[in-house]
Amino acid sequence: MRVYKISKQDEKKLFKVLEKFGEVWLPVKKGGKCTFSRIYSEDRLTFSQTEICNRPLLPLKKLLLPPEFNTLDFNAERYNRAEQNVPSRVVVGSHACDIHGVNILDKFYTTDFIDPFYRERRKKTIIIGTSCEPDEYCFCNKTNTNIIEEGYDLFFNDLGHYYLVWVGSSKGDDIIREGDDLFDENITDKIIGDFINWRKVNENFFTNDIDFYGVTDLMELKYNDNELWEYFGDKCLSCGQCTMVCPTCTCFNVIDDLEVNKNEGHRRRYWDSCMFKDYSMVAGGHNFRKTRAERLKLWYTHKLKAFIGQFGNPSCVGCGRCIVTCPVDINVYNVVSRLKGQEKELIRK
Amino acid sequence: MLTHNPYKPQNWEIKKIIDETPDVKTFRLFQRGVRPFIYKPGQFVEISIPGAGEAPISITSTPTRPDYLELSIKKTGKVTGLLHGLSMGDVVNIRGPYGRGFPVDELKGEDLLFVAGGIGLAPLRSVINYVLDRRASYGEVIVLYGARSYDDLVFKDDLALWGSRRDMNLLATVDAGCDEWSDREEGWCGRVGVVTTLFSECKMDSARHLCLICGPHIMIKFALAGLMEAGFKPSRIITTLERMMKCGIGKCGHCNIGPKYVCQDGPVFTMEEISRLYEAL
Repeated sequence: MRVYKISKQDEKKLFKVLEKFGEVWLPVKKGGKCTFSRIYSEDRLTFSQTEICNRPLLPLKKLLLPPEFNTLDFNAERYNRAEQNVPSRVVVGSHACDIHGVNILDKFYTTDFIDPFYRERRKKTIIIGTSCEPDEYCFCNKTNTNIIEEGYDLFFNDLGHYYLVWVGSSKGDDIIREGDDLFDENITDKIIGDFINWRKVNENFFTNDIDFYGVTDLMELKYNDNELWEYFGDKCLSCGQCTMVCPTCTCFNVIDDLEVNKNEGHRRRYWDSCMFKDYSMVAGGHNFRKTRAERLKLWYTHKLKAFIGQFGNPSCVGCGRCIVTCPVDINVYNVVSRLKGQEKELIRK
Repeated sequence: MLTHNPYKPQNWEIKKIIDETPDVKTFRLFQRGVRPFIYKPGQFVEISIPGAGEAPISITSTPTRPDYLELSIKKTGKVTGLLHGLSMGDVVNIRGPYGRGFPVDELKGEDLLFVAGGIGLAPLRSVINYVLDRRASYGEVIVLYGARSYDDLVFKDDLALWGSRRDMNLLATVDAGCDEWSDREEGWCGRVGVVTTLFSECKMDSARHLCLICGPHIMIKFALAGLMEAGFKPSRIITTLERMMKCGIGKCGHCNIGPKYVCQDGPVFTMEEISRLYEAL
């Protein structure tokens, strides 16, 4: 792994370099919400962990699999390929947890059958991760997703007046070569000391005391604890926000949309949610998950246990989005707390 | 760009439509393209009507008769309703085949007991005809079939043929309407009662038979209970799970049960596998 140093004063020059590789996207505050947006040279690009808004409401999956898009065009007789306008993008500002999320999407969408829509966007997206300052909801230190080894092209670690830059791919290397004079290869003992010190300080930011130990076993052992799931089921609004903001939720639905002339149309794919009532309904009307408690149990079982059977790890990356998003405070913290027989809750501010 | 799109269906032409029951039709299809369509009994396809959407349908023909593909479709919703309105020469859109079918190779040499209810005979018909076309490779064949009424029995031509064969045993029953049925088809069968009432009559042997079940959710539940009681080992009961299967390739998520996706890991499962999944039945 190669590591470089770049001065914060060179951010503007670096932006010019990045623009050669595609549209530059960054999380910025819009209407009070943090969201990935395209930025232009008149905007200010920064990799600084204190200046990038901390937790885009929608994670990177928004750019890799848009909430709604055409998969096929059709006429009365057949389905044809739909034009996919996939721009090359350089997405700056994803944190370690979200890049872990992308690694999970990569496994999910490109093993066995390859999803061509995901792969196309993924191939054309350069991911530049940045270090972050955990807030009170973050718990990636508990899910082992606070350190990222792969999945990014470059990773910028904010060390005050400069960044330490990890190169994670040949595309990342291309950027370094393109901006050759901006990157300094001379990593001194002083810099290494700064980084180790940063790690120590950074770890102290975590205040979320979620106790993940044994949760996978508890999901199985307490599977039939109806009281637990009904407690959350009674509160749940089936709004699906938890699944929309989750970096590793991948479910989708497909509909055929007819044009007004009724002779042609588009097969559209959009984000679906297992919290929705008709999610598990089959032809004839039988619903395999009629109650909100059953649907919540499906989601948490999938995240905390079932995903291990499929890919070897749980699919919760500790980003804290379900905690800040759920309007009735059903979140991974509170579920884990009840699984452990406790009643303490983490409520969003 | 997109080199291969697994979601894109291909055109198939309807060559024959057989009215099975008032709400089930069998469509015999030919592919216009040249790509060979290779499948296993128990697999399914996704069939589309442009503008209406897509539905998962199990294959009822057998790969041992490769000239055509047959799908038996019960009218239950938008897509299947529109399919029932199609005529010979019309075109349908199909992608697949998907899923894990019945383990026809592993079944070689086994004595087979088939238990089917209603339209659930469709995927089992694929296995039964597969077995009959390679008769020497398999042991005893018993087929138990139940439907609501005489009118609801599907594949009457196959039933007549199976009933007349000496190298297999067919027992059929209907829930109600025996008189009418006996009048019409005197001497063939005429049993009344749900399919599980045939268990005692068919001389099934849990030590010897390997059982394949398919039918409505409720019938599968009762049949499984009866077989377990009769001492069948879970590893020697094979059935299918029904779930919403939107994409067919394990991506859309709807058919998820624990670590399994019914569309990819199933729809065929042994009872042993099912017993390790919560709330599968």
